[in-house]
Amino acid sequence: MNAPPATRAAAPEPPAGGPPVEGHREARRGPGRFLRWDAAVGALLVAAFLVGTGTTEGFSDTANLSAALNDTAEIALLALPMTLLVVAGQVDLSVASMLGLSSALAGALWDAGWTFETIVPVCLVVGLLGGLLNGWLVTRVGLPSLAVTIGTLTLYRGLASVVLGNKAVADFPETYARWASNTETVPGTFVPYPLALFAVLAVCAALALHCTGFGRALFAVGAQEDAAYFAGVRVKRLKLILFAVSGFVASFAGIVYTLRYGSARADNGLGLELTVVAAVLLGGIDFDGGKGTLGGAVAGVLLIGVLNNLLTLNDVSHEIQVIVTGALLIVSVLTPRAIAVLTARKHRRTAISEATDTALGKAP
Amino acid sequence: MRPHHRSRVLAVTAAACALSVTLAGCSGTTKSDAEDDAKDTAKNAKADPDAPLKKGLELAFLPKQINNPYMTVVDKGGIKAAKEFGGKGKEVGPSDAKASSQVSYINTLTQQRQDAILLAANDPNAVCGPLKAAMKQDVKIVTYDSDAGKDCRHLFINQAASEDIGRGLVKDMAKQLDYKGDIAILSATQNATNQNTWIKIMKDELKKPKYKGMKLVKTAYGDDVDQKSFQETQGLLKAYPDLKGIISPTTVGLAAAARYVSGSKYKGKVTLGGLGTPNQMRKYIKDGTIEQFSLWDASKLGYLGAYAAAALASGQITGKEGEKFKAGKLGEYTVGKDGEVVLGPPTVFTSKNIDDFDF
Repeated sequence: MNAPPATRAAAPEPPAGGPPVEGHREARRGPGRFLRWDAAVGALLVAAFLVGTGTTEGFSDTANLSAALNDTAEIALLALPMTLLVVAGQVDLSVASMLGLSSALAGALWDAGWTFETIVPVCLVVGLLGGLLNGWLVTRVGLPSLAVTIGTLTLYRGLASVVLGNKAVADFPETYARWASNTETVPGTFVPYPLALFAVLAVCAALALHCTGFGRALFAVGAQEDAAYFAGVRVKRLKLILFAVSGFVASFAGIVYTLRYGSARADNGLGLELTVVAAVLLGGIDFDGGKGTLGGAVAGVLLIGVLNNLLTLNDVSHEIQVIVTGALLIVSVLTPRAIAVLTARKHRRTAISEATDTALGKAP
Repeated sequence: MRPHHRSRVLAVTAAACALSVTLAGCSGTTKSDAEDDAKDTAKNAKADPDAPLKKGLELAFLPKQINNPYMTVVDKGGIKAAKEFGGKGKEVGPSDAKASSQVSYINTLTQQRQDAILLAANDPNAVCGPLKAAMKQDVKIVTYDSDAGKDCRHLFINQAASEDIGRGLVKDMAKQLDYKGDIAILSATQNATNQNTWIKIMKDELKKPKYKGMKLVKTAYGDDVDQKSFQETQGLLKAYPDLKGIISPTTVGLAAAARYVSGSKYKGKVTLGGLGTPNQMRKYIKDGTIEQFSLWDASKLGYLGAYAAAALASGQITGKEGEKFKAGKLGEYTVGKDGEVVLGPPTVFTSKNIDDFDF
């Protein structure tokens, strides 16, 4: 589809050549201002919350909210770097496997008698290295991130099984485990610590994405990589950083997961990467890159968490829950496209009538 | 954008490594410190053996996964028992047999103020925290099929003593194979508590001199997923052409293995054994794919669990060794060591008796 000239000029990305660029700002113009998907997800979240409070006994109970929020802790943490990656047109499917590897490594080292204070940095370094490997394969070898991270998804999960085998290691120190549990909350609130940490990180990520040159560069890379490159964005370095951060956060999420469940296993978080991608897409981040807001991703994560909790409290079976999330996801991918098509059609019609007007000599 | 990114990445990595090494030097929290950390409060409630069963008790069954036919039979038995004593039973749970998916269910059931949760644990440790939180809210916890940590539940309903199952499966297989040949095990998930206990006992039994002609060549994991178990069976028979027998101590695994073998050239050449439900295995018994398999009466397991939970919630028992309670038509049961209640020895199903069972 062709963007109208006025919009193209207003977009922050460099113009020239290739398909027209659609910056995230474009969505705020015209009817899009009221139809932005991330805002809709936010509204949906509030609606789900209100409906839950009104209809379901015990939903708005602080103990329940803490538990429900804490259940989304790892998804939420992983969703932050994932959002940045998807905005830049990349994806990291190895995050859940890295979570498992980090968990398995923590278990193996703990079993070997290492101190917990040593294990955490070691796991984080492993996560960073795993992320760098992804980044290296994408930027230096030039492979698509989807292919690379499907590969490392299996690789890291395999390493996790090598490290810990089929054992499960428990008995992590209560002094640390309590920080990850949902019964221990930030004083005066019902927010468990992993989620409080997520909130802080989310603010940082939002600032980085929407208020810095780094963030604008991400949108530029996601929208038109070549154009961004010729405009002076160091595309490869940017991607490398993103993958490194993603691996690092994933290994940290592995520690949180291990402590929260008190169980280190090689299959921890199996399949979680798809939930993370689903939450990010639900939040209105365009899988083709270049579009989306961090607030949308956060709303997407929370919406999935709240809905699952609400449906579980109402004894709705797990299959139906999966169907609900799946349907929401399809709607979330479909709606912005449908709106875009409609808007483009309207613009074309206006453009045609303007052109006719000009031809008839009515223009100033 | 500034240059030198490679050196900066290296610097960050180096700094992180240095940090970890520095911290390693300090004295920190190790495994031995944590062990004193995790003791739970003693169960100091008093039992009143004469207390009547309360009416309107709400029991929730949380199986390993909801679409497992065996689990469904157990839970139905329990729900039936709950009706008998004027209570309400329901079955909820995840559709995958992952430990983490059970945790959110435990939290929501606690939130729903159920009187008791009956749980088949996918991971004995992962469910512990939420179970303890539930017990603090006076929710009674009874595990069945697969136990959770001892201090995270009041009672464990053991379907059959693990010794009977593990040794029994090896003995049955050995008899059919005439004590000769390579065998393999097709298990569920790598961390399933009961599976691993049984496998350990099977290996122990195989060490006895009378089994010297038999060799366990591989333990495969079908994750209690039909398709994966099917493929694992296929893989086992390809990888070990001399394989004489497969023991699958899980109903999903045995049914999948039988389905593969019945449609392959191995039918009649490979002996299958393990745990299966009569309804799933009936046609394989009839077509001669498998001679015999065993299982306890699944619906009785749920039935006993429900009565045990009701006895706990009514204050008849607290989970201490030696306490007695009545389980409806099954009669009286005694709580054993570590809060275990054993249902009874497993039943062996053959072409002779299989039609007497419908589950």
